[in-house]
Amino acid sequence: MLARAQAGDHSAFAQLYSLHKRRIYSLCLRMVGNIAEAEDLTQEAFLQLHRKIATFRGDSAFSTWRHRLAINVVLMQLRKKALNQISLDEAMDPAPEEGPGRSFGAPDLTLSGTIDRLALERAVGDLPAGYRLIFILHDVEGYEHNEIASMLECSIGNSKSQLHKARLKLRDALHIRPKQEAQ
Amino acid sequence: MIVDRNQLSCAEFQAQLPELIGSGENAAIHPHIQSCELCRALLADLETIAEAARQLFPIVEPPDKLWEQIESAIRQERAVHEGC
Repeated sequence: MLARAQAGDHSAFAQLYSLHKRRIYSLCLRMVGNIAEAEDLTQEAFLQLHRKIATFRGDSAFSTWRHRLAINVVLMQLRKKALNQISLDEAMDPAPEEGPGRSFGAPDLTLSGTIDRLALERAVGDLPAGYRLIFILHDVEGYEHNEIASMLECSIGNSKSQLHKARLKLRDALHIRPKQEAQ
Repeated sequence: MIVDRNQLSCAEFQAQLPELIGSGENAAIHPHIQSCELCRALLADLETIAEAARQLFPIVEPPDKLWEQIESAIRQERAVHEGC
């Protein structure tokens, strides 16, 4: 099917769309948190895929290549909107002030062992785009660090480090938010 | 230099955490965790967050109209390309 799509067979491309639409759409939706925007990004990702599919040489898994295309579309959009002015390079090597505010644990601040889903979704939405992307790819979608490194063209160590910082930021957000809301 | 895993400060241990967790090692059995309540709480929180993330954002189906829009855009691109 892939070879046929690469040769310009439209019905094969339609089959590829059916196979991959959920993963791409879900990634877009998780990254931007807005249905209309996620639809636009999914459309753009598949148009890019259609334009470039003939260049796929099988150096990586198709799913990795496909996800990388979609990620680039999402990051381009985020940059354009300047919601989170963070490039892929910056995402992989953020400025120190973008790091987590507190890293040391304190017994009185320990999470109770359960996290409110809405609170976590909101905290993920508030993460800088680079952290959010790595967190979604690893913790939500289940990609391994080597796959993420391949998608984002960064080192495996960077992927691990960014994920760790994302989780620390979430921990901070989940501890701090109720106090802010109580004011 | 050989680092004694039993003698790490919290900062030293936390600097190792990304690699420790990312490599799939069981960080909970690290000697520092056994003796440090602060870092044990931190690790527990990070594990809770990672576990909760798996329940987040279920895979969703895009609307059917999206494929129609993509097909239409492909046709337009093709027409432009063939018109060149």
